[in-house]
Amino acid sequence: MMQSAAVRQLVLLLPALGVIVLLIGVPLGLMGWVSLLEKSASAGVDWQASPGAGNYLRLVWEEDFDGRMILNPTYLVIFLRSVLQAAVTTLLCLVLGLPVALWMAGLTRTGRMVMLLLVTIPFWTNLLVRNYAWLIILREDGWTTAVLNRLWPFGPVQLLYNDAAVAIGLTYSFLPFMILPLYSVFEKFDWRLIEAALDLGATRRRALRRVVLPLALPGIVAGSLLVFIPCLGAFVTPALLGGGKTAMLGNVIQAQFGPARNWPFGAAVSIVLLAIMLAVMTAMALWRSRRAPR
Amino acid sequence: MTDAHAVTIETVSKSFGRGQSAVRVLDNVSVAIGRREFFTLLGPSGCGKTTLLRLIAGFETADGGTIRIEGADLTKAPPFHRPVNTVFQSYALFPHLTVEQNVGFALEEQGLPREEVRRRAGEALEMVRMQAFARRRPSELSGGQQQRVALARALAPRPKVLLLDEPLSALDLKLRKAMQIELKQLQAEAGITFVFVTHDQEEALTLSDRVAVMQGGRILQMGPPRSIYEAPTHRFVADFIGDINLIEAEALAGGGVRLAGGGVVPVPGATPGRVTLAIRPERARMVAPGAGVVDATLVHSAFLGTAMLHKLELPDGGSFLIREADLSAPMPERGGRVGLCLPAEALQVMQA
Amino acid sequence: MNLRRFPVMREISIAVLVFLYVPVIVLTVYSFNANRTATVWTHASFDWYLRILANPSIRAATWNSIVLAGTSATAATLIALLAALATRRAFPGRDTTETLLRLPLILPEIVVAVATLLLFVSLGVSLGLGAMIAAHTAFCIPFAYLPIRARLDGMSGSYEEAAQDLYADRFRTFRRVTMPLLWPGVMAGFTLAFVTSLDDFLTSFFLSGPGTTTLPVYIFSAIRAGITPEINAISTVMLVISILLVSLSFFLGQLRR
Ligand SMILES: Nc1ncnc2c1ncn2[C@@H]1O[C@H](COP(=O)(O)OP(=O)(O)OP(=O)(O)O)[C@@H](O)[C@H]1O
Ligand SMILES: [Mg+2]
Repeated sequence: MMQSAAVRQLVLLLPALGVIVLLIGVPLGLMGWVSLLEKSASAGVDWQASPGAGNYLRLVWEEDFDGRMILNPTYLVIFLRSVLQAAVTTLLCLVLGLPVALWMAGLTRTGRMVMLLLVTIPFWTNLLVRNYAWLIILREDGWTTAVLNRLWPFGPVQLLYNDAAVAIGLTYSFLPFMILPLYSVFEKFDWRLIEAALDLGATRRRALRRVVLPLALPGIVAGSLLVFIPCLGAFVTPALLGGGKTAMLGNVIQAQFGPARNWPFGAAVSIVLLAIMLAVMTAMALWRSRRAPR
Repeated sequence: MTDAHAVTIETVSKSFGRGQSAVRVLDNVSVAIGRREFFTLLGPSGCGKTTLLRLIAGFETADGGTIRIEGADLTKAPPFHRPVNTVFQSYALFPHLTVEQNVGFALEEQGLPREEVRRRAGEALEMVRMQAFARRRPSELSGGQQQRVALARALAPRPKVLLLDEPLSALDLKLRKAMQIELKQLQAEAGITFVFVTHDQEEALTLSDRVAVMQGGRILQMGPPRSIYEAPTHRFVADFIGDINLIEAEALAGGGVRLAGGGVVPVPGATPGRVTLAIRPERARMVAPGAGVVDATLVHSAFLGTAMLHKLELPDGGSFLIREADLSAPMPERGGRVGLCLPAEALQVMQA
Repeated sequence: MNLRRFPVMREISIAVLVFLYVPVIVLTVYSFNANRTATVWTHASFDWYLRILANPSIRAATWNSIVLAGTSATAATLIALLAALATRRAFPGRDTTETLLRLPLILPEIVVAVATLLLFVSLGVSLGLGAMIAAHTAFCIPFAYLPIRARLDGMSGSYEEAAQDLYADRFRTFRRVTMPLLWPGVMAGFTLAFVTSLDDFLTSFFLSGPGTTTLPVYIFSAIRAGITPEINAISTVMLVISILLVSLSFFLGQLRR
């Protein structure tokens, strides 16, 4: 009886686990291996090469003409920029998303449903198209630029192809990822706690700071992870709204697997991206587990 | 075995969980339920009533023991092979089917022709007077109406045994009383064995031919409502069913039982030692001080509408209730002393 | 005094809604602009929509997108349905299984996309529709799984017990009770998987072979070549389709249990 139930469960799970392992687990493993190899003369992977950390070293150092290893800041800068962009976006999403989530939770049932739908829709609509919409708004011959040029006396304004444009695009892309987990916390919130805080002499602002925010912390953490991680690997936004000087990790990976055709190096960059992501998630998990027992 | 019984349960045990965390929910339970009997499992929350019912229905498998239905050993049979139907506590009416489709569900599964299914579903609905609602969805019915549909659905395939898990607990008091009467009539009409679960002792006493009182996974006492009420064999049973007075006492070697701080009552058959005497409040009487087995102080009297309830304090500090149906009986003053008369035939002796 | 109201929350929220929707609305408005230059508004017209209808590469890309999304979403939904049924009851390793099933949601898409490219190329699998279907099926699984699982979690097991009690065996119980009750969740899951696949750009970008461009990949290369009103029109079409499908799945999810 027990036996057959377990077998049935396994059979039902097999397709899902099979697909995920074969099409996600195996490729990632393969990529880890390839990141230790070298590219072949024909721009493919040299499978015969003995594995080494060359690609990882190349992220930081390069050989100069005399064969000495010198520091190469190109990729370091891109790493730093990616992390910074992701952090700034996360912060922007938090600042914009928290009030929305809080306000939504206070609405009537119908109001909450409508808002939920309004926030969910961008979450599911085409990322490419939504970034393209910003391209139209911010472009040089658009009316936004024209209006700003009238108002701004110090020379022409350039709205596109800079870090700010990328930050706007990323915030726009991932804001729902912040609002939804925050909302799900506030929805279950016990509002009598605020009553208690007010009763104990707190002002609304202080009640917000001392009661609401600490209790919303799990939602803030979840939302921040949901924004930070995809930002780190963003490709479309920097590709459309950014310029040559605003490349992020995603652009490097795409370039290595595309025009530059250095797959092992691209694989190494991808692995580093995964590693950063894992580190952030582990840090969050550790921090949460240290907070949990009380 | 004989076919005389609808359900025979022999030394059935059931535990949940494994190893260290295993909890024994049923412990060596044996019951034989007769045909056309209205049999009730009564007990406090968590005593294993639902589990026993689910074992009969086949939703759980027993760890040990056998379950027979009309003589056939069905201990290991799946629910769909048992001639038994259940009325669920939450009704579990299929929300995507109409009332009629719900009631016809089992008939269809039994492969009856479409016409026959419709006819018998109609009959079953008629039995609970719900034919007017045949095309509605369960969500469009009130709680009481859903209750009837659940009954009709379980009765439609004419099971040998109907299992009912607190079917009335979701209804308000008035509706519950009305449904109790209907249930009883239905059972008589349909001629089906009912196994009924409740933790409402009054409901159990009103409806049942026999009651089994459960506690902690065991059946403590089983019998007709009257004997359960009047002759509880366990302190727990006495306490659980209705109001009862429990008095600490000592059985004497020469027969009779001595009350703490009082006289001796002539009850026979008790093994010497500490015992508990039990007596229902309506069986005890107040008499003049000194005329009873023991004197007590009247603490409080309350008018109940059809009777008076007196609360007394015994010499050892214990309290004692008397229910006086005769409203014209002389009433002593509050704080006054009275004598307590305990008729020997109304006293139940329980080994402490 | 409403305890749930805080000062300025409403104003910020409305500003955020404006921020979320104005770009999309601007895009839609532009797609109806008869003038080729974006700065000048001449008058409303459907010209660009007619133009994209007539464009053979857009038609081919649309067809590819639909085939891709339809196939991957169907496969992902079937797989997810089985998995959801299996993870309904607790068993040792359920948490690990659930994490695995959610993996595509957590991992950066670009990394998975290039890794899959690497695998297919080194195995000699030719790129194109087949490769895309395989990859899309994998990342659509969680999108189909979560709504089905949510529906199952909200479904009392007593309906199935009642069915078995009324003589339906396991298969008949599944067909007559489990499946009909689960159906809105399955449809919601399918819709979300379909939208996700339809909207996907990155994975298709790396795995589409010659001649099998999808709509998003086509739009991306068109944007790279310069903004045109046709892009506005086709983008608007994509937006409308997504919004319709997501609203549909939202209402399916809200359907009374
Ligand atoms: N599936 C299960 N897994 C683990 N423990 C269970 C399970 N079902 C029941 N139990 C435990 O078994 C005991 C008896 O449960 P049961 O439902 O039979 O009680 P009951 O007498 O019907 O109570 P109630 O009047 O509250 O319905 C309880 O302690 C319960 O926690
Ligand atoms: Mg119960």
